[in-house]
Amino acid sequence: MPQSVREYTGAIRDTVKSFWHGLSITLSYLARRPTTVQYPDRTPLPVRDMLPPRYRGFLEVDNTICTGCQACERACPIGCIQITLEKDPTNPKQRLVAQFDIDESRCMFCGLCVEPCPTGAIQHTREFEGTHRYIRNLVFRWADPMNPFPVYKVDKTAEYFPRAPLGSLVRQRLETLAWDRPAPEFLPPEPPKPAAAKPAPALKAAPAPTAAAPAAKPAAAAPAAAEAPKAPAANPESK
Amino acid sequence: MNSKTQDLCAGSGKTARGVVLATLAVGFGLPLVLLAAVLLLSPLSKPAMLMAALGAAGVNVSGWSVTGQYVAWIVAIAVLALILLSFGAVISGMTVWWEMRVSSRMQSRVGYNRVGAAGFFQWIADAVKLLLKEDLVPADADALLFRAAPYFVLTGFGLVFVALPFGESLIAADMNVGIFYITAVTALIVVGILIAGWSSNSKWALFGGMRSAAQVISYEIPSGLAAMVPVMMSGTLSMQGIIRSQGAWPWEWHAFTNPFALAAFAIFFVAQLAEGNRTPFDLPEAESELVAGYLSEYSSFRFALFFLVEFGNLWVMSAIAVTLFFGGWQVPFVGPEAFAAARGVGDLPGAAWWGLQILSMLVFVAKTLVVLNVVVWVRWTLPRIRVDQMMTLCWKYLVPIAFVVFVATLLWQMLIARLPVSATVSGAVMFAAAVVTALLFFRQTRQNISAVGDRVDFTNW
Repeated sequence: MPQSVREYTGAIRDTVKSFWHGLSITLSYLARRPTTVQYPDRTPLPVRDMLPPRYRGFLEVDNTICTGCQACERACPIGCIQITLEKDPTNPKQRLVAQFDIDESRCMFCGLCVEPCPTGAIQHTREFEGTHRYIRNLVFRWADPMNPFPVYKVDKTAEYFPRAPLGSLVRQRLETLAWDRPAPEFLPPEPPKPAAAKPAPALKAAPAPTAAAPAAKPAAAAPAAAEAPKAPAANPESK
Repeated sequence: MNSKTQDLCAGSGKTARGVVLATLAVGFGLPLVLLAAVLLLSPLSKPAMLMAALGAAGVNVSGWSVTGQYVAWIVAIAVLALILLSFGAVISGMTVWWEMRVSSRMQSRVGYNRVGAAGFFQWIADAVKLLLKEDLVPADADALLFRAAPYFVLTGFGLVFVALPFGESLIAADMNVGIFYITAVTALIVVGILIAGWSSNSKWALFGGMRSAAQVISYEIPSGLAAMVPVMMSGTLSMQGIIRSQGAWPWEWHAFTNPFALAAFAIFFVAQLAEGNRTPFDLPEAESELVAGYLSEYSSFRFALFFLVEFGNLWVMSAIAVTLFFGGWQVPFVGPEAFAAARGVGDLPGAAWWGLQILSMLVFVAKTLVVLNVVVWVRWTLPRIRVDQMMTLCWKYLVPIAFVVFVATLLWQMLIARLPVSATVSGAVMFAAAVVTALLFFRQTRQNISAVGDRVDFTNW
């Protein structure tokens, strides 16, 4: 490509000028304070407190105001919420939440479960630090299967539901549980009344441990077998 | 949550004092120990001085055969070679750390901050990680050449240190063909890169190797022509001779006593960047096009060798530039007579002579570090250029200008022969112009900061 003398000298001048301006710009940034912060230490506040208030971190359920409506479970597009309801054996009109598991390792933090919740029991927090050696520890169990909690009765005139401070429940969980604790074995909850398991014959119990609990230890086969008759009852509810 | 923060930094706030002390001890101690070893061993590895030192240490060398004296000398030389290579490796690792720190500041980031104070031990951690990895050889690669390539590169790098000065008498071998020798052995690096590219049996690696060969061989021409300018001004190829022909003060440096030498320095600098595969000329390993170029198939220790050489070359190119253009180790107020007087007439030099050697080494290291920082700075300022632009720059700009500078220097030397004062005048004027330019540059930098309402702030370094 032919090049005039003016273009040739102009290219040299451009080079010198771009060196001049470019080097002075990078040097000026060298002398400034970085805009990024040093995570996780040397931050002025814990990082969760510097996040915007509507940050979508880990989900938190306040089971004192959970109505057990399962709207969140239906809304979840990837099915990482698992709720099991059962009747209170002492009071047939009272329903209990026996299982409220949220798999935070599968959650995509879309917030669709928060929208339909009538009382605001399920909410996103600003907690996000969930480093765990075993990924199953990221399944947060908001109901104790051994001690199911009763559903909350909504007062129609209520304008406000008494909720625990947002983030306090999940933070307490994250702080008390060691990051490298052993993973739980997800056996189905033991039924409160083992009497119902009696008619379960051996032919029904045999496939259950292999299909339902591949990770369970062989020693755990007996409780799994005992659980087998309950599974059909729970399935239609949770679909 | 404290169980999760498994780093050396205790909690929030400041780095623990022990970590800071350990970092300072290693960061300053390691280079100081190596430089001290160079200081001691490079004069002592000369045969006469070695025998004198052995005699002074109480060893009776007079009864030794010639063979025994040779063996003692070879052992001293081998130890010096090991020290020089270790110095190259350590300075290369520390350059990696420093470059990452500087680059992150230039990009408004914090950068390395986890291992040790200011993340200083990161280069050691990286090296350990690389050494522990598996040394993979691709199934279809030419295994022998693939394994051999890093050693060519390392040899080309290590041999440079033979003729690289550190101080007045601190050089492994002051050859009378010093700069020519350095140009010759650095060409071995491109052989290694080409072998690496070819033997990997990968198209990315081959492209990278070919680009590197084209680039390095093209830029040898302006680089050599520009290096001829100080050679002509001092009338010798020896590295120490070139430094001795310059003065200690800036207006006595080659870069300023000849107005064309500054242009020669610019050409030499750009050509050295290209030969060292540094950004903006890192086309052989352009990650946006070639994955990692000739490095694509390498892992583990062989990869570490390539990286060691790439970053160690920063020191080498800076030291050569300082030697050729910026007065090398010349200490103000200390002329050759002062060195001779301090040395005395005995076989072993006096303590004052060693003090002067330390002073000259400090001057040389300081100047080299300044140039090294400019290289780092340029890398994080300019984007990578295209292949055609790289060739255009070499053949249409650097080579013709280098020839002009070459001829102009010949004429300038004729002028100096007639009118010796012209060198002094040029030195004074050029140095004053350089100072004014630097001041203008810093004013421009301050304006860049204040124009957007920021201020100079080094608190978070």
